[in-house]
Amino acid sequence: MPMDEIALDPAKAGQSDKPSFFVRWFYSTNHKDIGILYLVFALIFGVIGYGMSGLIRWELMNPEIGPLLNFVAGEGDQAIENAKHFYNTLITYHGLIMIFFMVMPALIGGFGNYFVPLMIGAPDMAFPRLNNISLWLTTAAFALLMVSMFVPGGSAGNGFGGGWVLYPPLSGLKGHPGPAMDLVILSLHTAGIASLLGAINYIVTILNMRAPGMTLHKMPLFAWAMLITAVLLLLSLPVLAGALTMLLTDRNFGSQFFVPEGGGDPVMFQHLFWFFGHPEVYIMILPAFGIISHIVSTFSKKPIFGYLGMAYAMVSIGVIGFIVWAHHMYTVGMSLDLKAYFVAATMIIAVPTGIKIFSWIATMWGGSIEFKVPMLWAIGFIFLFTLGGVTGVVLANAGIDHLLHDTYYVVAHFHYVLSLGAVFGLFAGWYYWYEKIFGVKYSEWMAQVHFWLMFVGSNVIFFPQHFLGLNGMPRRYVDYAEAFHQWHYVSTIGYFITMAATLWFFALLIESIVRQRKAEANPWGEGATTLEWTLSSPPPYHQFNKLPVVTTAGGH
Amino acid sequence: MLYRFGSFAASALALASAADAMVGAPTPGGLSLQAPATRIAERLHFFDSFLLWIITSIVVFVTALLIYVMFRYNRRANPEARKFSHNTTIEVVWTAVPVLILVIIALPSFTNLFYIAQEPDLEEIAQSGDFDDPNVYPAAAELGWITIKAQGNQWNWTYEYMDELDEEGYPLSFVSNPVHKGVSTDEADYIRNTGRSDFADRPKNLATDYPMVIPVDRYIRYQTIAADVIHSWTVPAFGIKTDAIPGKLNQGWFLVEEKGVFYGQCSEICGVNHAFMPIEVRVVSQEAYDAWVASMREGDFEGAVQIVDAELNALATQFADTQTLGER
Repeated sequence: MPMDEIALDPAKAGQSDKPSFFVRWFYSTNHKDIGILYLVFALIFGVIGYGMSGLIRWELMNPEIGPLLNFVAGEGDQAIENAKHFYNTLITYHGLIMIFFMVMPALIGGFGNYFVPLMIGAPDMAFPRLNNISLWLTTAAFALLMVSMFVPGGSAGNGFGGGWVLYPPLSGLKGHPGPAMDLVILSLHTAGIASLLGAINYIVTILNMRAPGMTLHKMPLFAWAMLITAVLLLLSLPVLAGALTMLLTDRNFGSQFFVPEGGGDPVMFQHLFWFFGHPEVYIMILPAFGIISHIVSTFSKKPIFGYLGMAYAMVSIGVIGFIVWAHHMYTVGMSLDLKAYFVAATMIIAVPTGIKIFSWIATMWGGSIEFKVPMLWAIGFIFLFTLGGVTGVVLANAGIDHLLHDTYYVVAHFHYVLSLGAVFGLFAGWYYWYEKIFGVKYSEWMAQVHFWLMFVGSNVIFFPQHFLGLNGMPRRYVDYAEAFHQWHYVSTIGYFITMAATLWFFALLIESIVRQRKAEANPWGEGATTLEWTLSSPPPYHQFNKLPVVTTAGGH
Repeated sequence: MLYRFGSFAASALALASAADAMVGAPTPGGLSLQAPATRIAERLHFFDSFLLWIITSIVVFVTALLIYVMFRYNRRANPEARKFSHNTTIEVVWTAVPVLILVIIALPSFTNLFYIAQEPDLEEIAQSGDFDDPNVYPAAAELGWITIKAQGNQWNWTYEYMDELDEEGYPLSFVSNPVHKGVSTDEADYIRNTGRSDFADRPKNLATDYPMVIPVDRYIRYQTIAADVIHSWTVPAFGIKTDAIPGKLNQGWFLVEEKGVFYGQCSEICGVNHAFMPIEVRVVSQEAYDAWVASMREGDFEGAVQIVDAELNALATQFADTQTLGER
């Protein structure tokens, strides 16, 4: 593969076109720098969101409102009232941060920016300046969200405490008259514009800038995943933006889209929200699917099994993802026919998902598997995503969902597919590409310890939550009946294990920075066949000045 | 596993005799659904166990495959990787078999959904007189519907008995307040509002001051609506959950086969005290229910509660004579 000749010359690398620090990191239009910035921001935002979940678990460790009293103003019963509201804001902002400011920036903004051009043999993204706007709008959106936590929400205190789904009337003037909710809307609008611009950028890049010879059917699966994700974003985000704008005008300009007293319909908001919200869950998981495919193939030293099936399974997941949204709303009083339709449509999604799981296993079948750290996370992902997937099949049935809707069973389900699915995919990608991005090696044994701590810890957190949900424990509860104590206690113990894992992870990062072990261009050997492994680690500041020509079915 | 009224001690082996009063509440450390008290919940339990077998088999199967490939095809066991990447037969199989599994799941799923979401035609059931079918209740159908509206408020429930109208045509209506709000004044408020001395015996975060009361073995049509924000009315032991939405009247049905007390908790976030607006339903004989209605209509709420308690306590005493329901 031809490489970048200018940057391979050590004398020229780092001078001619590498700008000064401020220009490089603040005005950046380089897809790799922007990718790194996205990863760094996602790490910071993720730690904040993870800290919030720590407060949540600490509060729920024992019945009665306790630990949160340390964080709120007031004395006695007033403090308790404040703590109740604070709890509601914690679960709200935890959800919003983890979705919009951790998983999405890391998987889409971070790995997407960094590796889509490398994998398809492009010198950069199609619209580098647009890329820069996306990045800084994302950080601005996060700032708006954080500010909203500290301005009045309603009579109960600062911040918006109505859950990440923002259902009116609780998110309307009646529930939260203060400016906190307006700031949440502005934040999500800003994050939405950032994602929308990013999505346009990915679609244009992937459709137009593939290296000569790389047809869509030869494109690596991560690029496929990003293409589908970008299309999902493009089609779903405007609907969220519409719903949020209506909510904004309801709150500030006297419109009554969702105000029942004025003939508005709160349920309409839920339809609009979930028309975005359901594709959103695939937006979060598809990039992880792509990453897992590459890792499984690399460490089995085998091409992906059923490449076309894998690509079109993702396409069909994306398409079906748009027609199943109301399974989040079985209890709002839909007609029987509508429920029956959404049950049927939802269950169909299990088929392409099953194809993916089985194809990963078939890729490993007959391979020569090396259990390096990224592979551990990938195998963990396959197991945990299967577990989270089958509880999704249970919840798809409207009858059972009447029992389980808004209970901890749902919390367990979506944390298995997101916190243990998307996040495991995220860490898998992190360890797979760490050398490539940062040019240093991490300590293999430390990373293995990180994996095992996380694997055990997150299962101890979330598996017992199935029991809580079946037993009737509702979501978003600051306090609970005594009967739920045992499993809540166990769940919090699990959090402490993941806390050790997280501290360990930072120790690992510091160790790798201090030791400065020189990275290899391709540490994984013959199994790593995608274009990014033909470049140095880290890749030159500008790569593929001469476009590589793809002759074989490169990525698969 | 059933919980017995007044005792809160597990009695898994106890016979679910009709003479006993049931408690529908979460089980300490429980692993599964709360015991069913309606045919709806019973069917959902059966379906849930059926699903549990299927999903457990799938997870075990996938895990077994993963473990097999990890042992059989690791670098030591298989130094030379094979290069195949297609096998049409297996791909067709793993597309078709999940479809079949989904069809097997869908059949009971839809029959259950139709049973739950379609309001039964009582006239038809009464005429059929089919006493062997566990899904219909001809004797209860003869008596017709009892319609009760549950209105969610921040943060309590208002119950309106749409069939129990006074001279001016207003339905019997009362507010069911939570006993526990997580604050220091809970006990004092409870004593002041009700004059009762059984605060310590009321299950925490589940009990209300004046519960909804219904007769056993009667078709109940429940409606939900809300006054301010969205709430959700649910009783796990009945297998039902319906959102209470301002400006939208939702409706469902159930028939409780067991006398006793059943708890639920608001299941849609509704603000600061979301965790503190429980649902309590007491199921009693038709006679006790009639007496309760009469007492409620006279405005004697405490007397009404005592009527209901008396019957349920008597049942509990019959069942386990050392257990009582506190000091009412």
